[in-house]
Amino acid sequence: MMSFVLILIAAFFFPGIILRTKSISSGRKGQGILQPIKDIGVLMRKGSVFSKTSGRIFQIAPVVALSSVLCVLLVIPFATQSAVISFEGDFVFFAYLLAFGKFFTILSALDTGSSFGGMGANREAFFSMLVEPAFFILLATFAMLTGYTSFSGIFSHFFLAGTHYVLIYSIIGFYIFVQIAMIENSRLPVDDPRTHLELTMIHEVMILDNSGFDKALIHIGTYLKFAIYGALMYNVIVPAGWNIFLQIVLFLTVQVVFAVIIGLTESFRARNKMNKNPKFILTISAIAWIAFVVILILTDKLI
Amino acid sequence: MMNAILFLIILSLSFLVFFIPKSLKYYYTLFLLTSGIILTSLWCFGVLNGNNQQLNIQLYTSFFNRNFLLTIDSLSAFFIVVVNITVFIGFLYARGYLQPYYQSKNALRFSIHYFSYLWLYLSMIMVVMIRDGLSFLIVWELMALSSFLLVIFDAEDRTIMKTGISYLIQMHVGMFFILISFLIVDKATGQMSFDALRLYFASHSNFLLFILFFIGFGIKAGFILLHTWLPEAHPAAPSHVSGVMSGVMIKMGIYGILRVIMSVQNDLLLIGLIVLSISIASGVFGVMMAIVQHDLKRLLAYHSIENIGIIGIGIGLGVIGLATNNTALSLLGFSGGLLHVMNHSLFKSLLFFNAGSVYQATHTRNIEQLGGLMKKMPYTAIFFLIGSLAICGLPPFNGFISEYLIYMGMFKSLSAANLYQSIVILSSIVGLALIGGLAIFCFTKAFGIVFLGEPRSEKASKAKEVSRVMIFPQFITVAFIILIGLASVLFVKPVFNIVFQAFRLPDMTMVANSSVNNLAQISILSGIFVITIVILLVYRHFYLKTKQIDIGPTWGCGYTAGTSKQQYTATSYTYNYNHLAKPLLQTKKIMDDFRDDEIFPVKRTFESHSDDIIKKLLIDKPIDWFSSLLKKIAVMQTGQIQHYILYAFVYMLLVFLLTYFNLI
Repeated sequence: MMSFVLILIAAFFFPGIILRTKSISSGRKGQGILQPIKDIGVLMRKGSVFSKTSGRIFQIAPVVALSSVLCVLLVIPFATQSAVISFEGDFVFFAYLLAFGKFFTILSALDTGSSFGGMGANREAFFSMLVEPAFFILLATFAMLTGYTSFSGIFSHFFLAGTHYVLIYSIIGFYIFVQIAMIENSRLPVDDPRTHLELTMIHEVMILDNSGFDKALIHIGTYLKFAIYGALMYNVIVPAGWNIFLQIVLFLTVQVVFAVIIGLTESFRARNKMNKNPKFILTISAIAWIAFVVILILTDKLI
Repeated sequence: MMNAILFLIILSLSFLVFFIPKSLKYYYTLFLLTSGIILTSLWCFGVLNGNNQQLNIQLYTSFFNRNFLLTIDSLSAFFIVVVNITVFIGFLYARGYLQPYYQSKNALRFSIHYFSYLWLYLSMIMVVMIRDGLSFLIVWELMALSSFLLVIFDAEDRTIMKTGISYLIQMHVGMFFILISFLIVDKATGQMSFDALRLYFASHSNFLLFILFFIGFGIKAGFILLHTWLPEAHPAAPSHVSGVMSGVMIKMGIYGILRVIMSVQNDLLLIGLIVLSISIASGVFGVMMAIVQHDLKRLLAYHSIENIGIIGIGIGLGVIGLATNNTALSLLGFSGGLLHVMNHSLFKSLLFFNAGSVYQATHTRNIEQLGGLMKKMPYTAIFFLIGSLAICGLPPFNGFISEYLIYMGMFKSLSAANLYQSIVILSSIVGLALIGGLAIFCFTKAFGIVFLGEPRSEKASKAKEVSRVMIFPQFITVAFIILIGLASVLFVKPVFNIVFQAFRLPDMTMVANSSVNNLAQISILSGIFVITIVILLVYRHFYLKTKQIDIGPTWGCGYTAGTSKQQYTATSYTYNYNHLAKPLLQTKKIMDDFRDDEIFPVKRTFESHSDDIIKKLLIDKPIDWFSSLLKKIAVMQTGQIQHYILYAFVYMLLVFLLTYFNLI
């Protein structure tokens, strides 16, 4: 239950921290840290405009996407406390339920009948398909290392497994989760949320026709997803056995650091060319493979 | 005895379908089919409940000196249940689907069609019950013949007839391999039956015979390299037939492979690895080809190859588990594979039925001409959506449960596996994850282009929802899909027992219990998911009532005079992907380039299509080569009688000389 609450808190401030980082690093005064949350309030108060082409899928897609994010929240553990619901293979459920939400988001983009929607839909489907193997290789590596097959099991035994080399896969795990989170949430370097040209958008162009309440739901989903991946990163770099208060502080620190990383990346990096993206994403899988080989060596299976 | 008589009565009554008035034929067939289904289901429940391990039904004591005996064990019972469900729903659907053909086709056509449908069902049932080799081959042949007759229902179309014949030939290639394998067993042991396999495997090379069987059964199942008939025959057949063929008939190949594996005693690791690698290749290749298809039914046919691949991954892992004494891997692998047999039969037949409904409403299967059907055919759209979600393996639908079992088998065995095993297992995990991702890509395309947006042609804009008789049976399938997804434990437990009995696994209570616990948790979480959606939707509904809602045009970057042709097409949706998968797909584009002197562009056409590279290399190229060879030989066919007399004379001379020198 603790992870649930903590992730909600982190998600509350997360987008604001990204924005603050970006405005500070570009020398602007910028918005307050709570501006994204206030924006959600504004969206909630607004009415909605629906395209006359769109149908039922378009109406329910934001709800489905948010529900999928809310449900995967339940399987994320924190410290020694296991998740609200924990079972073997819950990360498979995690990945597939998020895919369910994405399925509907893609369909809702196609439902508007605009070619922009189709463009975004196909890119999103394509890139998230490519990133899927990286996540599974990483989790398989962890499962092999710890001998457990649930998020809670893996993370609570993560640092007991091979004490002296643990930093290697901590760092690799952290790096891969950052990359996956960036791609899943459509941030730089794969997608640029600030771009104003529809032709170069990915995620933004899919939700062009959403407005009001639905758009607010989509934003909430994105913020939660950030915090969820932040929690996963936290779990691979902080041993589960530490003092609980220290853990809470560290958890929030990791989330802040993650948000700052995103902010800095977006301030100082240009977006990839669209046709370079597959290579970039497959590189992440390749790094996960390397992690796997490292584990093979460490567990004396190789050599 | 009673059982045998009832079964024989059904068999013999089936011939009467030719003498029934045209309007009653359907009901007569339905009656026979239902009685067959009830009868066989009763047998199955007896076996599955564990009352008796095995049920024997003696049909004839002597049939060409062979014992015509039906034997039902738990594996057969499982397959019978799967066949019964899909065949029954398929036939209910057929009534509406065949309606438009009643004027154009005569009574004999319908008789043949119903008769073949009935016999396809009966032969499939018998395939899984017969253990004797020769009788098995007879019913296997009956299955091929009846499905051939079903495929060529629309035989006025020359291409369909051609496809049908090509299907028939390829089925016989498969049959030939099975025949050879049985003959080898017969030669070595003096018996020709599945039961003799164990005897044979005890003293001979397991690997070679298994490969022969695998090729024979694999052609039916449609593993990669053996799949060439599949994407041709499914689109040609009427939709209820495609549903049954793809849903259950190809699973007979899986049944055969499982039956052989049950007897294999050594070389297990090698066999497991081969099955696994072919399956991963089938899965990835199937879905990769499916993405670029524009014909809705052909797209689904390629997905059958993909799903056979997933089933095969489960089986391959199971065999590797047997080889390495890893009970968890065997149990979860085989169970995942078996459950996927059932799941696939449900969602694939559902998808084919809906593809049929779309075809009936629009008279086209080309997805580039469809679009916007969700508003015109809401039921069809929702069923297709549920089928798509299930086939992508997304929770809370049934596809997820079987894929989850396979995943669990792999993840659980990782920590204890040695180097090679871990690499194999990891590759399978990656393969399965990739298949999942690609399937999502494919079905967002299929559903999005066909059912969402604006109609892309006049055909699509005039579409109407199909009749109720076609919609109603699909509710049953959907109910099963959701039931397996949400109450998976009810279905997984029996499957565990079947695997346990069939493969004589050592004690597996611990693995089974923990899996059942996990599945219960999944059900809870899926329940929470569904409830969250419902609550949020209700909240949204009332919340939006208080706000101002406007209807406007879709955002077009300021340009609002767009036509439906400006929407994203299926080709453009897969453009990115095509770019990446170029080497495998061999997409051909046909377009004239612009000339230098062309100031104002004139009307142009653009065409692109992807060939199945394997079909091209394996079937088309050899046939081309062979027919060109035959053409060269055809020089001898001059049409002049003198030449033919000369040939006869030369032949006689040859025979005479050879005999003279004792060469023949």
